[in-house]
Order: sequence, then C-alpha cells, then structure tokens
Amino acid sequence: MASYRGVDYLLLDSLFSEEEKLVRQTARQFVQDRLMPLIQACYREGRFPSELIPEMGELGFFGANLDGYGCAGMSNVEYGLIMQELERGDSGLRSFVSVQGALVMYPIFTYGTEEQRKKYLPELAAGRLVGCFGLTEPGFGSNPGGMTTRAARDGAGWVLNGEKTWITNGGMAGVAVVWARTDEGIQGFLVERGSPGYETSDLHGKLSMRASVTSSLAFRDCRIPDSMRLPDARGLKAALGCLSQARYGIGWGVIGAAIDCFETARDYAKVRKQFDDRPIASHQLVQEKLAWMITEITKAQLLALHCGRLKDAKKLEPAHVSMLKRNNVRMALECARLSRDLMGANGIMEEYPIMRHMCNLESVFTYEGTDHIHTLVIGENVTGVAAYR
Amino acid sequence: MKILVALKQVPARDSILEIDSSGRTFNHTGLQSEINEPDAYALEAALQLKDQQGGEVVVLCAGPEEAASSIREALAKGADRALHVLDDTLEEWDPLSLARLLAKAAETESPDLILTGLQSDDTGSGQTGVLIASLLGMAHATIVMKIEVNGRTLKVKRELEGGWFQYVSMPLPAVLTVQSGINKLRYATLMGIKKAKSKEVKTLTSKSLGVPAGHKVVLERLSLPRKSKETVMLAGSPAEQAAQLVEKLKFEVKAL
Ligand SMILES: Cc1cc2nc3c(=O)[nH]c(=O)nc-3n(C[C@H](O)[C@H](O)[C@H](O)COP(=O)(O)OP(=O)(O)OC[C@H]3O[C@@H](n4cnc5c(N)ncnc54)[C@H](O)[C@@H]3O)c2cc1C
Repeated sequence: MASYRGVDYLLLDSLFSEEEKLVRQTARQFVQDRLMPLIQACYREGRFPSELIPEMGELGFFGANLDGYGCAGMSNVEYGLIMQELERGDSGLRSFVSVQGALVMYPIFTYGTEEQRKKYLPELAAGRLVGCFGLTEPGFGSNPGGMTTRAARDGAGWVLNGEKTWITNGGMAGVAVVWARTDEGIQGFLVERGSPGYETSDLHGKLSMRASVTSSLAFRDCRIPDSMRLPDARGLKAALGCLSQARYGIGWGVIGAAIDCFETARDYAKVRKQFDDRPIASHQLVQEKLAWMITEITKAQLLALHCGRLKDAKKLEPAHVSMLKRNNVRMALECARLSRDLMGANGIMEEYPIMRHMCNLESVFTYEGTDHIHTLVIGENVTGVAAYR
Repeated sequence: MKILVALKQVPARDSILEIDSSGRTFNHTGLQSEINEPDAYALEAALQLKDQQGGEVVVLCAGPEEAASSIREALAKGADRALHVLDDTLEEWDPLSLARLLAKAAETESPDLILTGLQSDDTGSGQTGVLIASLLGMAHATIVMKIEVNGRTLKVKRELEGGWFQYVSMPLPAVLTVQSGINKLRYATLMGIKKAKSKEVKTLTSKSLGVPAGHKVVLERLSLPRKSKETVMLAGSPAEQAAQLVEKLKFEVKAL
C-alpha cells in the first residue's frame, strides 16, 4: 500500500481533497500492480492487455465521471486524476478507458434514449462490453465534417455504407458509436458487432500505441433499426461534444506520461557517472533540462486542475480544452524527448519507459484534434477568424 | 459479528525522514502518511470475515486530525463506520496509556472481535493489541496469519520463529494482532470512495472517554541508523556461497 509519491514541486496536493487523493491512489496502485508487470511485453507483442478490463470495471474506471447506470459518479477532477495515473502506465491503457468512457458511454448517456442507456451503460461500465467510436475516415481526419459514410432511411430502419479507420478498440468492440451523413445532417448510430454488413479489421505495423487495438470499420449495406440511432446526436457538434470530453481526459493523461519520463531521467541522472566520477545530474546542461521539465509539468498540472474545476462548475469551453490538450501533449512529448536524451543510449531501450511514451505521444499529438487544429481553435478564439480553410 | 479494527496512521514507508531541531521527533511537513502496513492487513482480514459471514466492521483510530485520511481510506475499502479519537499529543503517550484510551473507546462498541496490526511501522513497540486484550479481559493471539470463526469460537494460525506455526483456539470476544502479507489487500473502488463520504465518523477525545493523558515514557533522542559500508566475503563452495547469499538477500537486505 505504498502511498502516492508523485511529482509535486509546488505542493499542488494541497489543492486536492482527500477523496481526490484516494481516487488517484487507487488508479496509481492498480497501474503499478497490474499494468507495469505486463506492459513491456504487451508493447513488444503489439497486444492490448484485455485481461485488465474486468478489474478496471470493478474499480469503476469506465465512464467514471457519469452518474447512475453503474457509473461511479466521480467529479471531473477525480476523472482527470485517473487518466493521469493510467497514462503514467501507458497511453494505450488510457486510450482504452478514454474511448470507453468519453467516446462511447458519454454519447449514449448524453444523446441516447433511456432504453439505450439502460441497455448499454451498465455493461460498458462493468467492462463486460467494449465500445469504439468511429468518426475518422480514410479521406477525412482533421476535417471529419467531410465524411462520406452514409446512413439512408430504409423503411423503419437505416442502411449504413462507408468506411471508418484509425478506430481505437474497433476490433474488440461489441458496440460501435458510428457517425454518418444522413438527409437530416450528420447523426450518431450504435452498431453492434455481428450486425450483417459490419466488419472490422485491425491495423498492423504501428510503431506507436502498440499496446492498443486500432482498426478499420467497414459498412456494406449494414441494416440497423431506428432504435439504434442516438436521437439527440445531431450534427457534427454532437460528435465534437464527445471529443471535448476525451480531450479533457488527454490533457490530464499526458501529465502522467511526462511524470514517468521525468522521474526516470532524473533518477538515472543521479546515478549515471561521467567525467571525474561525477553524476551527470551535476552538469548544468543536464539540470537545465530537468528544470525545464519540472517547470512545464507543474504548469501543465495547474492548467489541467483549473480546467477540471471549471468543468465541474460547468464553465469549461471547447476552446479551453484545446489549450489544455495542445499545451499538455506538446509538453509531454518534449519531456519524453529530453528524457531520452538524458538517458543516452539506455534511453532507447525497452527496459525504460521513455521510448514507449515518446512513440505513444506521437499518436496523442495527432488524435483528438492534431496540434495544428487546436492551434487554429485557439487562434479563432482570439481573433474571431477561422483559419481552417 | 461486529469487528473492530484498530489502525494507526504512520509516515509512508519510503519517506525520507529528517529529525527536527528538538531531536525528539521528525519533520512532518510534506511527509506522506499511510495506514500502518500490518493494520491494513488487519482491516482486509476483517473485511473478508464480513464478506463471508456478514456483520459490521468498525474502524478505531486514535490520532491527529490528519489521520482522518486513513480513516476515509478504510471506509472507502468497505468498513462501515469509524471512531476517531482525536488527539495530537499521542506521539508522547506510552503504550499502556494509549492502550487504555483505545480499550475505553473499544468498550463503547462491545465488539465480538478486535483486530489490529502486530506492531506499528513507526514506533514498533508491538504492545497495543496485547494490552487492549488484557485491559478488556479478552482472549488474544499475536502474529496471526489466518482466522477462522466457528460460531463463538476462533481458530487462528500464528507465526512462530524458524518457519514454525501454531494453531490456537479461543472464545470470542477476542483480540488478534495480524501479521503483514497474510492476504491480498483490496483497492478502494471509486464507488467505495464515493460511498465513504457519507459514512459515519464519530469523534471522541481522551476527555470524553475519561482517560487521563499518559506520558510515562519520555523520548530522549531520535537518531538515524548509522550507515556503514562493510564488505563481507562469502566462503565455501559455490553452492554454499549461493545459499548464504540468498539468506542475506532474504533476511538482511529483504530484497527477495
Ligand atoms: C492511434 C490512433 C488512434 C485513433 N483513434 C481514433 C478513434 O478511436 N476514432 C476516430 O474517429 N479516430 C481515431 N483516430 C484518428 C485521428 O483522430 C486522426 O488521425 C486525426 O484526426 C488526424 O487525421 P489524419 O490522420 O487524417 O491527419 P490529417 O487530417 O490528414 O492531417 C495531417 C497533417 O495535416 C495537418 N492539417 C490538416 N488540416 C489542416 C489545416 N486546416 N490547417 C493546418 N494543418 C492542417 C494536420 O494538423 C496534420 O499535421 C486515431 C488515430 C490514431 C493515430
């Protein structure tokens, strides 16, 4: 039951409640006990540790900030702390939980019918059912509004045609939240695994997020009843509403990866000796990198916490989330690169988490709105001019 | 069955302790605390008994205000309610006075079973449980590894030295002091953490319990263990050397 030891330069722990710290401790211990012994092999083999799903369900990690339907009803700060600890382990594990909670459970909770909520949420919360979120298409990534997947009315139901790609959890999901163009605009649908005309295939050869399943979803005359449509998921705005939830979690999650890199590099720098038997930590250039990292991590922690408090007060705007995601992912990626440098040749080895975090963070930099796109959101917010096209 | 678990909050095991200028205590600022390790196993044992047989688990903790976080943790793991004997001078109390305080608080609950760790990770006197039993006139056993309840009878497995165990039976009510590592500690689930917010924590004081403050033992001075580097050459055949090395890694370095 080792208590939480984290990177806390500015005594930010004084800003957390006892409950918040307990939540963090549970997530931290779970990652330490259950994920850490597996992750190196999982990453090498390109395997998601799905054996951890039931216990994560029992602990309440899925849809943790939703209330009712078997969800834990945590605050958004508590939810953020869970993401941080999961990603301290691996971005793949955090991605799984992000997708399940923010991109699958959240839209069912927010845009679904009471029957849909009752049917799916308890199963998803317990981890007996895995979900995925299909927005991106081969031709439309940063600009999902251009999507070509179509849903056409067909008697009392719908027929889906099109392809989604880069879908986290796709191949292992029992239910997919799929976004498609209809005569009434973009809408969200639930498609269950095994529906005729729905197939998935996993992407292989990723050099990032190797401990995460990424797949393509294909719909060929896939017929679903109208009861599988999310009635309140209308327009691209509804899909972006889900992404805002997930991006918020990413803003916290990447702090965990950054902390892991920083701590690994700092500990290494204190024992690795070069030139006159001095630890490399005693060199000014090395200290400069450590000082930069701890400062940026601390600023990122404050940014995430402030956004969390705003979110709990229902005052968090998408443009705020863009700043959180963009700043913190950049920060984490830079920490990974600097840590790699400080560790010399050892930094490239799988025994240390650095390279794994660095490669993972390249995906995180791109998904859920690329760094550019969030830059443009912030730019639009301060100038009133949208620069996307 | 009503089980009372007496637990103490202590500095986290991997803390770096600095002795303060008085030389009698250490600097508490910025120190992380946790539930005393053997007490955490006592709590787990109590929760497992409750899972099997039903009943109630009540936490008893004497300590300063900050100890509330350890009480919350115990409630989040599944204890039903708690008694917090609020006092920030306990560090200066001798074990018997402290046991009187805890026994008095325990009495208000008339538990069937009292569990606690075999010793605390900070002062390590290992007397609290035994003294409570004696003050309350209850049967007791120390260094307990396994607990079986059959009606009003307990059967426990105790750890002796040199790999020996002892099985003893006793009637309830009883006090057991529990060894670390005897079970698998559960995590506080998020739902448990949320539920704990509304669980009852009753605050008591030595005054409300009518127990006089105890300062029979005066701590004169604290010092850190002196570190000395010493090279030991292991003699004998390679197999004998390996056996000696394993022995040292297990019992001296505690790395295995
Ligand atoms: C591991 C992983 C998991 C993923 N999981 C999911 C998932 O579960 N569900 C899902 O729907 N999607 C998922 N994605 C897809 C992800 O959201 C997209 O990759 C992302 O939106 C970027 O799209 P793209 O890859 O097509 O890149 P593009 O949009 O082609 O972008 C390429 C480059 O062009 C830049 N660019 C594009 N437009 C502009 C512009 N207007 N101004 C300036 N720069 C621009 C981008 O910033 C980027 O640098 C995942 C991706 C990865 C890598």
